[in-house]
Amino acid sequence: MNATSPLYELKDLSKRYTRGKETVTIFDALDMTINTGDFIAIMGPSGSGKTTLLNLLGGIDRPSSGEVLFEGQRIDNLSQGKLAKWRAANAGFIFQFYNLMPTLTAAQNVELPLLLTSLSGKARKDRVKTALEIVGMGERARHRPGQLSGGQQQRVAIARAIVADPKVLLADEPTGDLDRTTADEILETLQLLNAEMGKTIIMVTHDPAAASHAKRELHLNKGRFEEKGKA
Amino acid sequence: MNDATLVRKNLFRKRLRAVLLTISILIAFLIYGMLGAMQNAFSMGTEGAAQDRLVTVNRINFTVALPYAYWDRIQQVEGVRTVAPASWFGGYYQEPQNFVQSFAVDPETYIEAYPELVFQEDQRLAFIEGRTCAAVGQALATQYGWSVGERIPLMSNIWQQQDGSQAWELDICAIFDDADGTYPTNYLMLHYEYFNESLLFGRDSFHWIAITTEDPSQNDRISRDIDELFANSPAETSTTTEAAFNAAFMEQFGNIGLILTWVIGAAFATILMIVGTTMVMAVNERTREIAVLKTLGFTAPRIFRMVLWEALLLSFIGGLIGLGLAALAAQGASAALAGFLPSFGLTWTNALTAIAFMVALGLITGVLPAWNAMRVRISEALGKI
Repeated sequence: MNATSPLYELKDLSKRYTRGKETVTIFDALDMTINTGDFIAIMGPSGSGKTTLLNLLGGIDRPSSGEVLFEGQRIDNLSQGKLAKWRAANAGFIFQFYNLMPTLTAAQNVELPLLLTSLSGKARKDRVKTALEIVGMGERARHRPGQLSGGQQQRVAIARAIVADPKVLLADEPTGDLDRTTADEILETLQLLNAEMGKTIIMVTHDPAAASHAKRELHLNKGRFEEKGKA
Repeated sequence: MNDATLVRKNLFRKRLRAVLLTISILIAFLIYGMLGAMQNAFSMGTEGAAQDRLVTVNRINFTVALPYAYWDRIQQVEGVRTVAPASWFGGYYQEPQNFVQSFAVDPETYIEAYPELVFQEDQRLAFIEGRTCAAVGQALATQYGWSVGERIPLMSNIWQQQDGSQAWELDICAIFDDADGTYPTNYLMLHYEYFNESLLFGRDSFHWIAITTEDPSQNDRISRDIDELFANSPAETSTTTEAAFNAAFMEQFGNIGLILTWVIGAAFATILMIVGTTMVMAVNERTREIAVLKTLGFTAPRIFRMVLWEALLLSFIGGLIGLGLAALAAQGASAALAGFLPSFGLTWTNALTAIAFMVALGLITGVLPAWNAMRVRISEALGKI
C-alpha cells in the first residue's frame, strides 16, 4: 500500500441507537475515505458521534447499515472472534485515561498485544524495548503505572499501541487528561510516529490545539462531516 | 510474560483479599481432611471384618454379660467352627489417660478365630501356654515402647481383684501384627482364665463371643440357631456378622458418615458462596481492564479461560495447603489417638477426592465471573475507547 492509497472507506454508513421506544440517529449515510499515512483529527460537539465513529473504525462496534472497508475488505460483517484478531493485527488504541494494567510493569503492559502473536519471548522483549525507547520511556520499563505521571503513562500506552506494528492508531482524546506542555509532547510523539514511521492516525479530540497537530481536521456535526483545510 | 502471568497477577492484585480467600478455602479442606481421617478410623472395623465371622452379644446390649456356659453350647450349633469368647477389660497403663484397649480372651480359640493376626510361632505358643502372658498388638507396643519379656502392670477401670487391687501383672509374651494392614493392632489380649479367677465380681461371664463358621453362606441360619438356642432365657442373645456388629458399635457415636457428610457439605456450601461472590465482585472491578484486553485483540474465549484459571488457581492453592495441613495434623494426631482410633489418617482416596473437590470448586466459582468477563462489551465498559 502506498502513502495515498485508501486505508479506510466508509460507504453509506449509518448508526442508530434505540433508547426505550425512541430511535436516535447518530449519523446517516456517511461516506468517507481515509488514506494510508493520514493523521486525522475528528472534532465535533459532544454527542455528535465522534467516539462512535472511532469504535466503528476500530471494529469495536457495528454500523446499523453501510460498510466499513479496511484495505478494501469489509470488517463490519466479521464475527467477534475475527474482529478481535483483526484488531490485534491492524489497530493500535490510545485512550484518554491510558488504561494500563495497574498490576503490570510498563514493559509488561507494552508486551500485552504481543501475547497475541507467535513471536518468541526474546523477540517480544526486543520489540518492547524498542517501543519504549521510541516514546522515551526506556528507563522506566520496570515501573508500574502507579509510579508514573499521567504523561509517562500515556507514553507507555502509545508504546503499547505501536509495539505490534499496527497499520492504524486510533486515539480517543489522548491528551484530554494532560496539562498543555505534556499534551504537546504527546502530540509531537504522534506526529513523529506519523511522519517517521508512516502510521495512519485517527484522533478524536475536543481540543483545537491538539487538532492542529493533525494533517486533516474533520468536524462531525449533525451526522455530516465538514473538512477544514490545512496549510 | 504469558497468560499465566496475567492470571497470577490478577489473583494477587489485592493481597489481603487473596489471602483471606485462600484461608477460607484452606479451612474447608482442613475440615474435609480431618473429618476424612476420622471417617477412615471409624470405618476400619467394618472394612477389616471377615465374611465367615459372627459375633454374639447379649440382646440388651454388648455391655451386659453372657454366661460362661454359652461357650460350650454355641460350639454345638451345626456349622460353627470356632467359638472365641472375650471380655472387655477396660485397661490403662500407669495413668488413667494412658488408655489401653484390652480384652480377656481364650488365647487358643481367639487366635484360631482371627487368622489375620500374625504371630511368631514361639511367641504364639508362649502366649497360649503362659497364664500371666499377654499378647500386644504392634501399634500398641510401638506406642508404649513395649517389647517381649517385659512385665507390665495393667490397671482396669472396671474390674477389681479379690484382694482389692485393680492391677493385673502381665508378662508380654507375644507381639502380633496383622497380615495385610487392614486389621487394627492397637490392643492387648490377656488370658481369660487368669483374669476370671481373680475377679471380685462378674466371674464366669463374657461380653461377646466371636464365632467362625464352616460356610459363610450359612451365617444367617447359624445366627438364627444360636439366638433361638437362648430365646426366653435370662440372657437372650443377638448374633450378627462381625461387619454388622462393628457398624452397630460405631453407630453408638451417631451416624458418623452422615454427620461428616453434612459438616463437609455445609463447609463447602459456605465456601462456594463466599468465593463465588468474591470472584464475581473481583472480576466486576476489572471490567474496564477486561474491555481493554478485548480491545487489544484478546478473544472472548481466551478471557473466559483466564478468569476460570484464576478461580482454579485460587481453589488449588487453598485446597492443597489445607489438605497438606490436614495430612500433617492427622499424622500428629494418629499417635495420640492410636489407642482409640488406630487408623486415623488420610488415604490416597481422600486426597484424590479432595483434588476433585478443588476442580469442582474452581469451576463452579469461576464459571459465572468468567462468563461475565467474556460478555463484557467494550464500548459500554470503556464508555468510549
